[in-house]
Amino acid sequence: METLTKTKKLTGSKAMTLAIEQEMERDDKIFIMGEDVGTYGGIFGSSTGLKEKFGSDRVMDTPISETAFIGAAIGAAAEGFRPIVELMFVDFHGVVMDQIYNHMAKITYMSGGNVKLPIVLTTAVGGGYSDAAQHSQTLYASFGHLPGLKVVAPTYPFDIKGLMAAAIRDDNPVVFMFHKTLQGLGWMDQIPASFGPVPEEEYTLPLNKAKVVQEGSDITIVGVQMMTVAAVKAAEILDGSAISAEIIDLISVKPIDKETIINSVKKTGRLLIVDEDYMSYGITAEVAAIVASEGFAALKAPICRLANPDVPIPYSRVLEQYVLPNSHKIAEAAKKVIYS
Amino acid sequence: MEISKEHLLWMYEKMKMSRLFEERMQAAYMEGKQPVFNIGSGPVPGEMHLSNGQEPAAVGICVHLKKEDTVTAPHRPHHHAIAKNVDLNKMTAEIFGKKTGLGKGKGGHMHLFDPEVKFSCGGIVAAGIPHAVGAALAAKKKGKDWVAVSFIGEGAANAGAFHESLNLASLWHLPLIVVIEDNSWGISVPKSESTCVPSNDVRAAAYGIKGYLVKDNDPFEMYKVSKEAVERARKGGGPSIIEIETYRFLGHFQGDPELYRDKEEVPSLLKKDPINRVMNFMIEKNLSSKIDFEKIDARIAAEINNAYQFAMESELPHPEEALEDVFV
Repeated sequence: METLTKTKKLTGSKAMTLAIEQEMERDDKIFIMGEDVGTYGGIFGSSTGLKEKFGSDRVMDTPISETAFIGAAIGAAAEGFRPIVELMFVDFHGVVMDQIYNHMAKITYMSGGNVKLPIVLTTAVGGGYSDAAQHSQTLYASFGHLPGLKVVAPTYPFDIKGLMAAAIRDDNPVVFMFHKTLQGLGWMDQIPASFGPVPEEEYTLPLNKAKVVQEGSDITIVGVQMMTVAAVKAAEILDGSAISAEIIDLISVKPIDKETIINSVKKTGRLLIVDEDYMSYGITAEVAAIVASEGFAALKAPICRLANPDVPIPYSRVLEQYVLPNSHKIAEAAKKVIYS
Repeated sequence: MEISKEHLLWMYEKMKMSRLFEERMQAAYMEGKQPVFNIGSGPVPGEMHLSNGQEPAAVGICVHLKKEDTVTAPHRPHHHAIAKNVDLNKMTAEIFGKKTGLGKGKGGHMHLFDPEVKFSCGGIVAAGIPHAVGAALAAKKKGKDWVAVSFIGEGAANAGAFHESLNLASLWHLPLIVVIEDNSWGISVPKSESTCVPSNDVRAAAYGIKGYLVKDNDPFEMYKVSKEAVERARKGGGPSIIEIETYRFLGHFQGDPELYRDKEEVPSLLKKDPINRVMNFMIEKNLSSKIDFEKIDARIAAEINNAYQFAMESELPHPEEALEDVFV
């Protein structure tokens, strides 16, 4: 890190676009396709200014034809390009899942490693602003379930930039999930986590590593994106009750960084996993299973999970807030783990 | 074709109701979002897609529909809902996230369901077309002369679901009418940069069905071609495509900065307001007077006021109700 001296404070969106810009300057095989990625710059600021800089041959607005253009990313990647292709909301995966699941994820394997697909599939995730059942999901687990896809969901601008660069340079399909609220957009909730120091120069971060964002000794709380942010807030509440929480930002949904999680649980003896996605078959279950099978001896209390209780995201604010985990629910759950 | 006074008045009233509803919604949506716009704030949070200017598409065909006919609508659904006689109080309450809403506050503005009048809408582009195919199939199986109308935007005509649905509907001779509202824009992408043909009516040839093009947001022409398409469908003559060139007076969603759009476009569209066009036509033909329209407008305004009053005074759901209705 000593070499990365020049930093500036950027939003998640700016960190993401800066990484893409630097990579596109470096490699002319990279191009972007998606709905409203050109003049508009991405509905959630994933490509702001890039069309102006690189032109419409490299930053291509598409029709509302996800099967065609995400499928086309596969064909172009097989021909040696390195497409970045955007699924505007992750919720829209339904119209294109065959291309993603049966093709993008499997062709490398089915070809015995002879076809490489260096694709970054970017997609906006997350709720909390009353966009209801078809525009608010995170669906981390749906993508994490599929063999053949690397899935990252970074939280902070520093990680967003380094992971985007790494995702572009990786020779495999990488699903890059960016959380709407963490993009630091002017028209959504303003939160400090969406704004942070980012080195101006190029750097990459590993696609398979979680990060301890706050050290502690009594309980390990694992979160992803907005749930990491909520966990950090919860740690302040817990601090008032003399509980020291260690917070892990998962960052990589697939593969999960077992080592960082198990090492933390060995230290704290307790585990709470928090997910904005649905409970069943999700990240909370996966992390719990990893610790139960590979770190059981370290546990002083049963593992606790917080996630959407398996209901579609409701529209009405009171209902949505009820199903989404938040810092208070996390603090309450952590206390239960400690005092039960 | 002469349009009866009764039908002209019906179209006027529904268009006016939609417009007044949307204008009130525009204001309600901005509550709690000023001076700083935050999409999640205020009594009506989330995305809001308003249809001001697009009313002829909805009324020109819904005037020929009955309660038993099905309508599926996209993410911009209020004008269709009003033209299909969706319960205005419950619809407004739903948009305010209230317990008395059509979906008890669970659906919101993009997800309105009123099975009483066979209306539904959704937030995924083109997804309503196959549902309308299913409703048309059901009508055929039941031996009824009911039809299904699916409203979509011009951007949806490039989605796979559009092509698959129309092939299937034509193959099975189903009573389906797909109405394409060409408001020129798929969010920020102009039709010329998303669609390989100048108008989608020509795509009807690919399915061996009839395609119509209604130019310049013309409510009278929309009425005429819709009548033909609906009558043919009722008689077992199969599906049709109607594309109408319509106007999007507002942004894709409220809060859309619209930096992609020429500043002159909206003012020039506003001059061609389709509601005034119907009113002026009726006055010119001595079918109704200015005073008649003032009375109608007052009645509609009162009805809308009641709906907003109902919505605002209704209770919010209890938080735990979020867990209910996942299954029946």
